[in-house]
Amino acid sequence: MFDRYMICADTVRNLTRGGKVVGFEFGARIAYYRGLGLSMVEDLAVTLDGEKIPRECVRFTVGDKIFSLDQMETEYEARWEFGEIATVSVLKENGLSPGEHTLELTEQLRVSYMPFPIQGRDRKTIVASA
Amino acid sequence: MAAANQIKFGVSLYSYQEEYFLRQMSLEDCIAAAARIGAFGIESIAEQMMPGFPNLPDSFYECWHGWMAQYGTVPTCHDAMLDTKKYKGRLLTDEECVVEFERDLKHAARLGCKVVRVLCMVSPEIMAQAVPIAEKYDVKMGIEVHAPYHFDHPWIMRHLETAERLGTRHYGLVPDMGIFTKRLPRVARDRMERLGATPRILDFVCAAYESGVLSEYVIFETKKMGGNPLDVAWAEQCRHSVYTPAKRLTEYMPFIFHIHAKFYEMLDDGTEYSIPYDKIIPALQAGGYQGYLSSEYEGNRHIQDAYAVDSVEQVRRQHEMFHRLCSSTGGHQHV
Repeated sequence: MFDRYMICADTVRNLTRGGKVVGFEFGARIAYYRGLGLSMVEDLAVTLDGEKIPRECVRFTVGDKIFSLDQMETEYEARWEFGEIATVSVLKENGLSPGEHTLELTEQLRVSYMPFPIQGRDRKTIVASA
Repeated sequence: MAAANQIKFGVSLYSYQEEYFLRQMSLEDCIAAAARIGAFGIESIAEQMMPGFPNLPDSFYECWHGWMAQYGTVPTCHDAMLDTKKYKGRLLTDEECVVEFERDLKHAARLGCKVVRVLCMVSPEIMAQAVPIAEKYDVKMGIEVHAPYHFDHPWIMRHLETAERLGTRHYGLVPDMGIFTKRLPRVARDRMERLGATPRILDFVCAAYESGVLSEYVIFETKKMGGNPLDVAWAEQCRHSVYTPAKRLTEYMPFIFHIHAKFYEMLDDGTEYSIPYDKIIPALQAGGYQGYLSSEYEGNRHIQDAYAVDSVEQVRRQHEMFHRLCSSTGGHQHV
């Protein structure tokens, strides 16, 4: 549910540190009908143009706190609220090249009353500016 | 006859989740939308529309009560979640669950709710431990009877036996009207078609479900027909859906604290496609139900990929139907 709203396409931008492009980031919403504590967000799998981004290269920012996916596993305070646009950052040398790209996000959420984790998946064509 | 029309009307704000998610409606807008159609009972899910829960400031509760006064609304039910899988690799212990319960019961009491909806996976053992806390806050705990569970399911029967044995007024049920799914939702069927399921097989499954064919036969036949994985997934939906007798509502009335008036699609003719409210309402009246029929619109997830969602209109239509069905049995009274 809410899959089509997961990636906020108009928020995609390159990530610059010290004048150098070190990756890219985009706004993302939770694919569930309520917010969750971060320990229950098991995975945020990002694929760019068919290529899977390694898990250790993904960061998640909510409020003003930044987490790696491993750090999220033991985060029991911060929450990703329902409908809240958090930021998913991808560390990738040179970020996005100018032009069209296919960006895919799969969220895996550990929902207590379900026997298995639930997944939401969104794929959008995005345009990176030069 | 005196008790025949004491059903009260409300909305679970879950119904407006699409508009809230997209920030088209605020929590206050949701409350106002319910009040506008005379559905004055407000049910809420803190983890959906009250960001910051469980650490809400006093100012939030003051604001909440301000809205209740302003819109003439009444808090009815808080939907508790209970994240038993909060920690990776282990479940919460029963003691930890009871601590979480206290948090939710306290929140419900502060909102002014008389009922907490408890998810059906919570065990009777945990419920028994939580009873003294519920009594302390004077908030009733209702196990949600949600498909594929139903009144006669062994797990729900254990809950009822435990509640009866404890002899408390604070442990009962919140049935979800999805347990009276006579026809699989058309909006869900159509979505499967958009995803790539086979129309002929989807229709076969819908017809088989409606005529009561055992799920296992439907799934087997679907595979035999050469169904793709989506077709099989649709057939498996029969396993997760139930149609049970409406008279169970009358029989279990003493345990029913609140009702989730689940619906998927209100049609132009003022009926719900899947759930026969024309059978449900008389069964509630026969039992003298005096609680709330709390709308729970769940069609948005099936149409949002292709259509604009108008939850406000869907809920309005459901209430129009409630008023029609209640008045056809002898005139209803407002809250």
